[in-house]
Amino acid sequence: MVGEMIAKGKNASELFPAVVKNVASKNIEIKKLVYVYLVRYAEEQQDLALLSISTFQRALKDPNQLIRASALRVLSSIRVPIIVPIMMLAIKEASADLSPYVRKNAAHAIQKLYSLDPEQKEMLIEIIEKLLKDKSTLVAGSVVMAFEEVCPDRIDLIHKNYRKLCNLLVDVEEWGQVVIIHMLTRYARTQFVSPWRQGDVLEDNEKDFYDSDEEQKEKADKRKRPYAMDPDHRLLIRNTKPLLQSRNAAVVMAVAQLYWHIAPKSEAGIISKSLVRLLRSNREVQYIVLQNIATMSIQRKGMFEPYLKSFYVRSTDATMIKILKLEILTNLANEANISTLLREFQTYVKSQDKQFAAATIQTIGRCATSITEVSDTCLNGLVCLLSNRDEIVVAESVVVIKKLLQMQPMQHGEIIKHMAKLLDSITVPVARASILWLIGENCERVPKIAPDVLRKTAKSFTSEDDLVKLQILNLGAKLYLTNSKQTKLLTQYILNLGKYDQNYDIRDRTRFIRQLIVPNEKSGALSKYAKKIFLAQKPAPLLESPFKDRDHFQLGTLSHTLNTKATGYLELSNWPEVAPDPSVRNVEVIELAKEWTPAGKAKKENPDKKFYSESEEEEDSSESSSDSESESGSESGEDEEDDRSGDSAEDSGESGSEPEAGKGRAATRSRARGRGDSKDVDKEKENSKTSESSSGESSSIEESSSDSESESESESESESRKVTKEKEKKTKQERNPLTKDVSLLDLDDFNLVSTPVALPTPALSPSLIADLEGLNLSATSSVISVSTPVFVPGKTHVLLHRMSGKGLAAHYFFPRQPCIFGDKMVSVQITLNNTTDQKIENIHVGGKKLPMGMQMHVFNPIESLEPAGSITVSMGIDFCDSTQTASFQLCTKDDCFSVNIQPPVGELLLPVAMSEKDFKKEQGMLSGMNETSTTIIAAPQNFASSVILQKIVNVANVGVVPSGQDNIHRFAAKTVHSGSLMLVTVELKEGSTAQLIINTEKTVIGSVLLRELKPVLSQG
Amino acid sequence: MIHSLFLINCSGDIFLEKHWKSVVSQSVCDYFFEAQEKAADVENVPPVISTPHHYLISIYRDKLFFVSVIQTEVPPLFVIEFLHRVADTFQDYFGECSEAAIKDNVVIVYELLEEMLDNGFPLATESNILKELIKPPTILRSVVNSITGSSNVGDTLPTGQLSNIPWRRAGVKYTNNEAYFDVVEEIDAIIDKSGSTVFAEIQGVIDACIKLSGMPDLSLSFMNPRLLDDVSFHPCIRFKRWESERVLSFIPPDGNFRLISYRVSSQNLVAIPVYVKHSISFKENSSCGRFDITIGPKQNMGKTIEGITVTVHMPKVVLNMNLTPTQGSYTFDPVTKVQSPKIRSEQVFLQSSFCDLGTWEDRGKGLISWLKLKLLTT
Repeated sequence: MVGEMIAKGKNASELFPAVVKNVASKNIEIKKLVYVYLVRYAEEQQDLALLSISTFQRALKDPNQLIRASALRVLSSIRVPIIVPIMMLAIKEASADLSPYVRKNAAHAIQKLYSLDPEQKEMLIEIIEKLLKDKSTLVAGSVVMAFEEVCPDRIDLIHKNYRKLCNLLVDVEEWGQVVIIHMLTRYARTQFVSPWRQGDVLEDNEKDFYDSDEEQKEKADKRKRPYAMDPDHRLLIRNTKPLLQSRNAAVVMAVAQLYWHIAPKSEAGIISKSLVRLLRSNREVQYIVLQNIATMSIQRKGMFEPYLKSFYVRSTDATMIKILKLEILTNLANEANISTLLREFQTYVKSQDKQFAAATIQTIGRCATSITEVSDTCLNGLVCLLSNRDEIVVAESVVVIKKLLQMQPMQHGEIIKHMAKLLDSITVPVARASILWLIGENCERVPKIAPDVLRKTAKSFTSEDDLVKLQILNLGAKLYLTNSKQTKLLTQYILNLGKYDQNYDIRDRTRFIRQLIVPNEKSGALSKYAKKIFLAQKPAPLLESPFKDRDHFQLGTLSHTLNTKATGYLELSNWPEVAPDPSVRNVEVIELAKEWTPAGKAKKENPDKKFYSESEEEEDSSESSSDSESESGSESGEDEEDDRSGDSAEDSGESGSEPEAGKGRAATRSRARGRGDSKDVDKEKENSKTSESSSGESSSIEESSSDSESESESESESESRKVTKEKEKKTKQERNPLTKDVSLLDLDDFNLVSTPVALPTPALSPSLIADLEGLNLSATSSVISVSTPVFVPGKTHVLLHRMSGKGLAAHYFFPRQPCIFGDKMVSVQITLNNTTDQKIENIHVGGKKLPMGMQMHVFNPIESLEPAGSITVSMGIDFCDSTQTASFQLCTKDDCFSVNIQPPVGELLLPVAMSEKDFKKEQGMLSGMNETSTTIIAAPQNFASSVILQKIVNVANVGVVPSGQDNIHRFAAKTVHSGSLMLVTVELKEGSTAQLIINTEKTVIGSVLLRELKPVLSQG
Repeated sequence: MIHSLFLINCSGDIFLEKHWKSVVSQSVCDYFFEAQEKAADVENVPPVISTPHHYLISIYRDKLFFVSVIQTEVPPLFVIEFLHRVADTFQDYFGECSEAAIKDNVVIVYELLEEMLDNGFPLATESNILKELIKPPTILRSVVNSITGSSNVGDTLPTGQLSNIPWRRAGVKYTNNEAYFDVVEEIDAIIDKSGSTVFAEIQGVIDACIKLSGMPDLSLSFMNPRLLDDVSFHPCIRFKRWESERVLSFIPPDGNFRLISYRVSSQNLVAIPVYVKHSISFKENSSCGRFDITIGPKQNMGKTIEGITVTVHMPKVVLNMNLTPTQGSYTFDPVTKVQSPKIRSEQVFLQSSFCDLGTWEDRGKGLISWLKLKLLTT
């Protein structure tokens, strides 16, 4: 009926008088609907609405609390200014009501009245002050909400209630919790000194601090910090912790922001786990949580690093979620995980979701700038993407490459040429503009191409996008200045076109450029500097996270989400230099001493002891007592005494006032009566229960006061010691399997990247070497098992010819065995021959000339070499996985000879044994940028498996992977220095062709190896 | 806090509105429609939209948009969580949260919204309390009501709202006292194209259906509680007992509810009970291709796998598919996932029943985005 019309937004106001008459109806449903109607239209029909007021005033005195409450609700919802005094009166009365439910409604009514008539503020603050003292969990949330709305700056009202709010927090309903936590965060920032010390910054880099809270606490205690946290500050942090396990995402987020803003940095780590959990819920929740994580991850990377994989994108995610996840992944990227991430990004680039693919490319660009180690890899990868079929991907890559090249003013002529070619095919304006800009900037490096590009674009000038036109003009101007011979006419043609362009921007630019570069009689001093103006060094753009500037907003707020200040946003103040007087929070000084000196100690040892607050337990006891009498006594005696003892001291401190206790006694009496006539269910039980709960705490005081204080304390202490012991045991148990698991996991996923690669089992090495290696082997667990070389070519290389060595000849060869001097070195055996007829004395290695990073372990000096004698010594050289030459001097007693060793790429490897399955798995991970391949044509007899095997192992030190198929040969190795996998696949095709594929992270070596293998395989 | 609520269906009609403070004109939703248009996909409508005078926070549930109007700073998650709670309540009351169900029960919806919020601040969100205040509609009750003239609205204040156990209603009586627990675990895994696991973690929930009289106090203990990595609780669970003894001790709400949800993270090795293999090939010079997927149980689990449902989301470019499963039946829905001819695929339904569910993600060559398996282990 009418209700439906309201719901649909139709105007039903003409029915007002008829409906309002029903306000006195007996039927509750109709009554409620009338209320709904009244609240909706009262503002428009104020006079008529007044008719109903008297009904509510009567109802406010009703004995039923439900009716009192709902009358207050409706009365305060009627937005008619005339009744403000009536409302004020009603709120005042209700705030002193016995029923907490009515008081709760009074708190709600305060906000309504305030929004109707802000002039009542002072009066309302008084009521808020009164209600803040209320001990019911029901009221707390609502009154804090009213406080936030009416007088958020009156922080002084909170002082006295601070501890009570902290203690009640767990039991407040979830919506109230959110509001209270936000308020307390602001409060803490004004009242306590900062717990963040310089030392904490360092701690952020430590990885172990999120292992478990217990450990953390122990650690924190051990450290005996010079900074002593205010016990009230600690109380807040401790009491909010259990709320991290709330089912309500808003509560979890509120606690997370509280920890972020006020907890010591070492303790904030525990929130990451809960936040990651929230990522499982609805799309909208994910969105907000990810935004907050993005902000956090910029400042404290360490917090979320262990959860890196939780941020991997799923293809079912909405685009906005994907982009946020990408953002977080970028923030978390560092040297250790970048290769895993890049591999992940490769998959993302292929996504169907174009917007997401484009964002990924930008991300790769950002990684390239932030982590210099991979910038070359990234750049190569991006260049590969230029040949992608999808235009958006190509365009985005062009834009990112442009930014990267701008940042690294190195020679990248090849890339620029490649991009110039792309200009013919790309149509996306931004990309075209980027290419033109790039050519213009580097026009002196590509002197032949630039004018040609200008010629082409001049032809299509009229049909280009405005953005592109501007860049064509720029390019023309730059070329005119550097290469005016070739481009003078072209540029003038373009300037003429620009002069008559429709867009005023382009016309302006044309005029500007013409005046600046084309010499004429009027040209002023500026044109002399034209070259400087156009070809100045431009500062590189900074690729930064869009979440960088969000941290000044309190996390979890609307303002943070929108990144603008929302109305009503309350700034989080900075920590005070000196804490304001903490005693303002004392309720009564004498009780306080009791509360904090003895109990405080016990609490520190056992921080999690008293989270479940006492009122709940009491409820249990009272509940059970109403069920069965005999049980109640024993239960409360055994179970709860211990738990409560710590708290009861506190309680008595807080609420030891006389009238309250009296009420408690009354409650027990009424309870007893209720039990007596158990069949008489309805009203009596109802009443007794309400009074019970309202004075639930005070009844506890009675019980606890009967215990002697000292007894309860000692009990709690012994209890706490027991628990801490248990916990220690537990954490110890937990720690062991944990570490084991981590390493297992690593095996699965990271074996390419970060795990220490095991030392190989020696096969050919001399016994002495074997002994040495045995020692090493035990130290690390084997990950990729290095196998023995399949074949050791006897080919030696000349190090020093006897003619140039004055009779001393030296040859070297690669024994292909693991080097004993260091696991990153390639072992080299040098055979020295004395071809003279005299002794050569003191042969040793002199000065070394090694490229950066390269290391060499020399042989011990040889005292003397008999005539016609020869001796073999071994050396170790760490070539850093490159084919650079190691130059050193071979000296004798009299002379010095400069010699070089340049390793063939195949010797920079160690063979690896793996199964076909593993091989495929690894190969799968090393696709895209990490794959190089070529086609080989050769006579069929060359493709016999034994021939291929022989040829390949001759060139490179690789291990053979057993293959299930006849036409595919697989070889695996790892590089000596970095331990990166090198996977070689020879796939025989029909006819006399074969496909040679190399997968490796070390793309440089991969391609060199490919180049070396190709001729070998194709030769007869 | 929450100023107004608009319910909008997929075609963009505002079919219900409710204001808790002064009335906000429907025209505020135009900003929302604008954003919706820009987003192309309903999934991509930003949950928070800023307009000159208001902020709109919306959720998308069951093809309905719940758009709330906010005027001042408020934690956005607060509103989002609340809106989901509203949708849950509708679901609970009417069996489904659809436009038709809401329109049929508009009076109850209105009463519910009135009880759930007061002046924009959540008042009663526990389903036990709401059900005591406003009885859910049943056929029998509506017949009785129309004869006797009584109403759906209870006339007493639910005791729960006043006690410290707001989730349980008083005076529950059952002749058969029963309690059921469903343990549902999902494994989320990302498997790369070679079939190896990139990432796996277990998400589990325990859903309870409690039909016990009076005020039962239950406790539930686990064989190996340390496995549960990160737990979130229904408010009824005593946190302290869990901290000290790892026992779930609680006074349950009446009826269905989610007791706990937990996570077993990748720190513990997650064994996936089945293996998944796939291959994709494209025919040269044609727009067709072939997609095979093989799923089988892993040997070492020692459990039999009973019902497997495979769901493959094809990319939008796919127009049509011919499916040939080796076992079971299949369906293909061309509306939601197909647009141009490219791939042949198969979907296998064996049986769907629930107890243990598994979710897999697979990222094949970019074309196959993900697949979902449901299976039953015993």
